[in-house]
Amino acid sequence: MSIHIDPLEKRWIGVIAGILIFTWAIIVYYAAADNVRPPSNVEVIDSSKLHLASGVGGGEFMEKNLGVKEDAQGNVTVTMVAARYGFYPLHIQVPFNKPVKFRIASFDVLHGMLVPFSNMNVMVVPGYISEITTTFTRLGKSPLICHEYCGQGHAYMYGMIDVVPEDKFKPKTGVK
Amino acid sequence: MAISRTTENVISADTVKTGNRLAFWNFFVAFAAFALALPMGAYQVLERSGFFPAIDNAAVYYASTSSHGVLMAYVLSTFFIMGFGYHTAIHSLKMKLWSPKFAWTGFGIATFGVLLAAVPLLTGHASVLYTFYPPEMAHATFYIGATLLVVGSWFWAADMIIQMMLWRRQNPGKPVPVIMFGTVMNALLWLWTSAWVASEVVFQLIPAALGFNDTLDPGLSRTLFSGTLHAIVYFWLFPAYLVMYSILPKEAGGKLFSDEMARVAFVMLFIFSVPIGFHHLYMDPMQADGWKLLHMFGTFLVAAPTLLTGFTVIASMEIAGRLRGGKGLFGWIKALDCKNPVVLAGCLSLLMLTVGGWGGVINASYALDSLIHNTQWIPGHFHLIYGGTTVIMYFAAAYWLWPKITGRHLISLKFARVQLWTWFIGMWVTTMPWHYLGLIGQPRRVDTLNAYQQAPAELLAAWDIPMIIMDVGALVLLFSGLLFVYILVRSSMAGRVAEEAEREVEYAEAIHEPFHVPNVLNSMAFWNWAMFFYLIASYGYPVLQFFFIGTPESILWGE
Repeated sequence: MSIHIDPLEKRWIGVIAGILIFTWAIIVYYAAADNVRPPSNVEVIDSSKLHLASGVGGGEFMEKNLGVKEDAQGNVTVTMVAARYGFYPLHIQVPFNKPVKFRIASFDVLHGMLVPFSNMNVMVVPGYISEITTTFTRLGKSPLICHEYCGQGHAYMYGMIDVVPEDKFKPKTGVK
Repeated sequence: MAISRTTENVISADTVKTGNRLAFWNFFVAFAAFALALPMGAYQVLERSGFFPAIDNAAVYYASTSSHGVLMAYVLSTFFIMGFGYHTAIHSLKMKLWSPKFAWTGFGIATFGVLLAAVPLLTGHASVLYTFYPPEMAHATFYIGATLLVVGSWFWAADMIIQMMLWRRQNPGKPVPVIMFGTVMNALLWLWTSAWVASEVVFQLIPAALGFNDTLDPGLSRTLFSGTLHAIVYFWLFPAYLVMYSILPKEAGGKLFSDEMARVAFVMLFIFSVPIGFHHLYMDPMQADGWKLLHMFGTFLVAAPTLLTGFTVIASMEIAGRLRGGKGLFGWIKALDCKNPVVLAGCLSLLMLTVGGWGGVINASYALDSLIHNTQWIPGHFHLIYGGTTVIMYFAAAYWLWPKITGRHLISLKFARVQLWTWFIGMWVTTMPWHYLGLIGQPRRVDTLNAYQQAPAELLAAWDIPMIIMDVGALVLLFSGLLFVYILVRSSMAGRVAEEAEREVEYAEAIHEPFHVPNVLNSMAFWNWAMFFYLIASYGYPVLQFFFIGTPESILWGE
């Protein structure tokens, strides 16, 4: 048994299919061609032992390892801890127009990280390491905002990120 | 007509009375929650904007936000849907409820749950927002109360399914009235989707809140919650669509353009809406890229039933406009009877749906989501879609039903129109600045923006004007919401008494009366199986992975 569909509505169904295929195609194209994709590394860590060298994923987020590093190939990595109510380190400097990899772990509850006018947007979930690579294309200082409710002091949880020209960029570890 | 309706059942006065009472008391709880949550919303907007330092208070703000969310999103919606569903079951099937006692039991459990959850919420012991957010923990009574609300609503869902099955047994081969078919699809949708949050609360949150567990995995909690928190939006929206399909065309003086396509849209809404909550996890670390991409495809599919609905509803309105003498390409719009609250609300609702829906496309867009995830754009989006599109249809349904269930007319149709228009205007004036603020980097869920003092001055300055506008919008919404409550309360007491004939309930007829519809558009089993396999395919691995990736669990934290 078939159903009755008005000819005009049949055309409309074609339009709907067109809209869907068009949007899917754009998203898949940019994901494949420009690597525009959300941060997704399923990597676990013991959030209660971030300060220790032992434990699942241990050592990476010890105080002396936090901060901005540049390896011999020039790859920049920012290692940060998010905890009520701040980021550690609180102030970071990163190079302009160059991919920067962030690795962030929560010490306590849910947090997030948002830098206005950039693609920097990630959730920080205790028990997991959030990894996101992004390129900053606006020079100067921006707040680095916790965007997930983490307690009554949530609105006060933010750091600062300073995007500087590559020749002025100096990697710096430690939280001070 | 005579062929299709051989057994024109007449409902007994008793049954009508039961339906009216169930509708009235469910609406009573729904709109009482609305009246309580409305000023909280206005307070939050004003507090957040920072222009009134005297009312700044983080503890009050987060208690208020948590209560506003729970009351508006869970209580208003669920009780409205239950009341509307009981009324619909009785009047569309023209049969008595199999057990009014069962229905009242569900109502009692749900109401008790709301009262239980309200205590910690209003006293600041459940300021974990309506999304729960473990490992932050609220008082156990909050989770238990919320669970009872859901359990109570399952009684309703069971009732809807049982009524349809009983009717089908009495009327073999006949199509279930389209509004009832939609109601049952929504009940199924709710059963499938609420199971996710129920498992989070029962297996993770309640044991932790009662002290049986010291740790939990927030990655699993978020994944389970995502299984509820988007389909639930369609659970809220569904009755708004049913009003547009089955009541609006009649009120507008026309007919439903297509009964069959309405059914197609309903089953699509059911199937496509349940797995799409995964897009809430795009920015989360514990789900892999490939799953996010797959779910992007599924999320976009839910646009299809909404676009079909837009077509059918607007075509039905066009029929009404032309029957009323409208000519030309757009003349029919002018001919519509926008003095009728249902017609007016339908037009306003569709306008908000159009803009809000396109906003949703951004949220669903895999990578583009990083522009707006957890920014003020998001409350802008869901207030426009839920608070605007959906709730304005709840208003319209209440105006339509009030004379029928209370026996008294509205005190003034003009007041009702003013109320709908101000809600519409207030919603735009509030949510457009929110969308904009999100794009320029303002986070959501913060009680104050004065905190960001080290941020560049030009960034903060750009937030000022939109925040002045949103304050105005919130006050307009406050006025409009209070007017709604006033109209209902005054009408119940002082409205002109309605004649028996004026209390008759009639639904829109389709242009082509469906004598027979394919069995899949008239029954549930096939779609339940489809849902079962779709869920296993889409959510099976993303949930199961938590049992073998070895996440060290998180300790619990107070608010």
